[in-house]
Amino acid sequence: MKRIRLPGLWITLILVIGVGVIPAINGSASLRESMFTILMSVALASSLNIILGYTGYVSFGHIVFFGVGGYLGFYAISQLGWNILPAMLVGGLSAGILAFLLGATVLRLRGAYFALATIGINEAMRALVINIPLLGGPVGMEMHFSEYKKYGGPMQALWMVYWGVLIVTVVTIIVSYYVKKSKFGLGLMAIREDEDAAEVMGVVAPRAKTWAYVLSAIFPGIIGVLFFFKNGNIEPGDAFRLQFSIELIVMVMLGGAGTVLGPVIGSGLYQQLRKALLTSPIFKNIQLAVAGFLLLLIILFIPAGAVGWLRAKSVKLRRVLE
Amino acid sequence: MILQVQHVTKRFGGLTAVNDVTFDLPKGQILGLIGPNGAGKTTLFNCINGVYPPTEGKVIFNGKDITGSPTYKAAALGLSRTHQIVRPLNELSVEQNVVVGACYGREKLGLRKATAVADEVMEFVGIRERADQLASSLNVAQKKRLEMARALAARPYLLLLDEVLAGLNTAEVSSMLDTIRNIREQGVTIIMIEHIMHAVMSLSDRIIVLNYGELIAEGTPDEVSQNPEVIEAYLGDPELAAQLLEEERA
Amino acid sequence: MALLEVHDVNSGYGELQILWDASMGLEPGQLTTLVGSNGSGKTTLLRTIMGQIKPWSGSVIFDGEDVSKLPPYVKADIGLIMVPEGRQLFSSMTVRENLEMGATPKRARAHMAQNLEKIFTIFPRLRERANQKAGTMSGGEQQMLAVARGIMSEPKILMVDELSLGLAPVLTLDLFMALRKLRNEGLTILLVEQNVRMALKVSDYAYVFNEGKVDLSGPSSEVENNEEVRRAYLGI
Repeated sequence: MKRIRLPGLWITLILVIGVGVIPAINGSASLRESMFTILMSVALASSLNIILGYTGYVSFGHIVFFGVGGYLGFYAISQLGWNILPAMLVGGLSAGILAFLLGATVLRLRGAYFALATIGINEAMRALVINIPLLGGPVGMEMHFSEYKKYGGPMQALWMVYWGVLIVTVVTIIVSYYVKKSKFGLGLMAIREDEDAAEVMGVVAPRAKTWAYVLSAIFPGIIGVLFFFKNGNIEPGDAFRLQFSIELIVMVMLGGAGTVLGPVIGSGLYQQLRKALLTSPIFKNIQLAVAGFLLLLIILFIPAGAVGWLRAKSVKLRRVLE
Repeated sequence: MILQVQHVTKRFGGLTAVNDVTFDLPKGQILGLIGPNGAGKTTLFNCINGVYPPTEGKVIFNGKDITGSPTYKAAALGLSRTHQIVRPLNELSVEQNVVVGACYGREKLGLRKATAVADEVMEFVGIRERADQLASSLNVAQKKRLEMARALAARPYLLLLDEVLAGLNTAEVSSMLDTIRNIREQGVTIIMIEHIMHAVMSLSDRIIVLNYGELIAEGTPDEVSQNPEVIEAYLGDPELAAQLLEEERA
Repeated sequence: MALLEVHDVNSGYGELQILWDASMGLEPGQLTTLVGSNGSGKTTLLRTIMGQIKPWSGSVIFDGEDVSKLPPYVKADIGLIMVPEGRQLFSSMTVRENLEMGATPKRARAHMAQNLEKIFTIFPRLRERANQKAGTMSGGEQQMLAVARGIMSEPKILMVDELSLGLAPVLTLDLFMALRKLRNEGLTILLVEQNVRMALKVSDYAYVFNEGKVDLSGPSSEVENNEEVRRAYLGI
């Protein structure tokens, strides 16, 4: 059989697009909503993977970029009457700029100190937003229902947002793949393996880490805008939900940190698990405990995650699963 | 002169690890750096390539003052090093390890060119058959070769080797010595820290000796090995020993 | 009978063999020294005796019993105590606390107070600095504390790895004198040392180690005058 170029990328894309178009085909609104959640998780997990899986910096408070981007984009839409596309741009850009500024400070820390600092940043942003009346303070902001008219009514708007999230997810995966295959990505992985040795070899670690962080922040910023636009409102608790941030880590680790396919599979699996748990009265309240326990099991027994474990099995699998 | 180390001193709190060390290194030489354990040899290397800045003194590389520059700047200018305790990039393949060296070294190559250079260097150093293996799966001798390959892939002008022969058996030492000679043939200047005396003596053009952070001798292998101060440094001070005996008898 | 015997031990790290049929013995009440160039395997031998590395073949006999496979903490309990290279003190704890930590084996804990007094008599400087944080002392004082901590464990054999490493010559004199004092009180000591002259002057018996096995051995006064020693160290 003739060798297909970039099999790893195609397999991942076909999986995501294939599953992603199902709601469109059968037109079910409820399926679309669950798919939205899954796709959003895929995109967020894939972004987190860039700083966590490739670079080895465990960002516990990564949701802050989702929140900051979401807030500024939502502000543009609901208060300034902007169209969604430029608002998404604002969301992505603001998240990126925040990551760039943090790069000079928080990224100087390593290991557990970095992880704790990112939690601190998230909580600080949440506290900040609560104290800014312009952004609605503790109550947040609401979008007028009539906003949806701009896009042909609520039904159209929701479908539009769905296609939006699918496209952003696909773009995130493509970016993730090309980063992994590039010289830049190799530098990041060298940093992950041994930052000091990498610097001795010439990798300018401070710069590389910062760009990885920026890249990992932009897509959550954009997705934040899409999510809250769909929601119709935004409040500090929803935007900066630390619990979700931690679940993202579980998704990345479950699927396989440092791979392109890993976060995709991990998100899918985790969201299904979560849905199953939420219906059971017992597990509903201990959802986060389950996530934590799952993370512990993964780290103890299959630290490479599902895809990582498969890749270690044979050279053929390594070529096909990225 | 490819390297000029001028009055370099390094203090850690109250401890002076390197004290006023000065030497010049002409291009194309193999310089041996020897001295008892704890003499400050690796500390001196660290000051030269930028792991930390010297407390006092200057390091001039190819006419450029690189004192206190971070290690990645040194690499970009053509100064590479290996570590006493090898530091492979464990979860990456042997080839990927070497490609990192080629990409981020002096020539700043793109992935394709870097892969070609890595191929060449792996062949030269003798680890090419293991290109796809994970770095963590290599044995000690192979990891040392990988460490050298990575440093060479950066196409350095000056290579610092830190106890690259430690832990190798006789055959491996002999083989590594040949490789080092070949590296010099390619025009790379080398400073090597070593404890295996016969190796350093046979390979070096010149030797400098460190003891308690101070440079106590400089010269050809013959001169240095006859130098009474050097012999004392390795065997211990006879006067002090005599004093011990006196105190004992008293 | 020798208190400690090492018979034809082969060991190393992973695939790398360091010790090649190494054999030696410690007579009770003597200060025995092990000298040799860097990389000759001296520290590996200590670690193999201590149990941090398992011997691939050969045996370690302590007081007539085969202890080759025992883990380090059991060895410490039966009286084989090591003062490691680089001291490894608890730097944020005081001198007194470090010494108390040394009295971990059960028999030692019972005599902790008496042993503390004995230590302070042998090392008056430690008495002066009893409440000082270990990490703030000079290198020589830290080395002193490391040895003292070893004594607190009531060793039957005290093994010291590189006593003079990185220390200025003047400080090492006191330390070697202290070891001599301990040996005079009947303690069996194994000293691995790179300062050959001092080691030979302070010890009763010497082993010269080279490439993982014993090259030469004998009473220290004899070994001192041997040309082979110089060759083993300088490779000339």
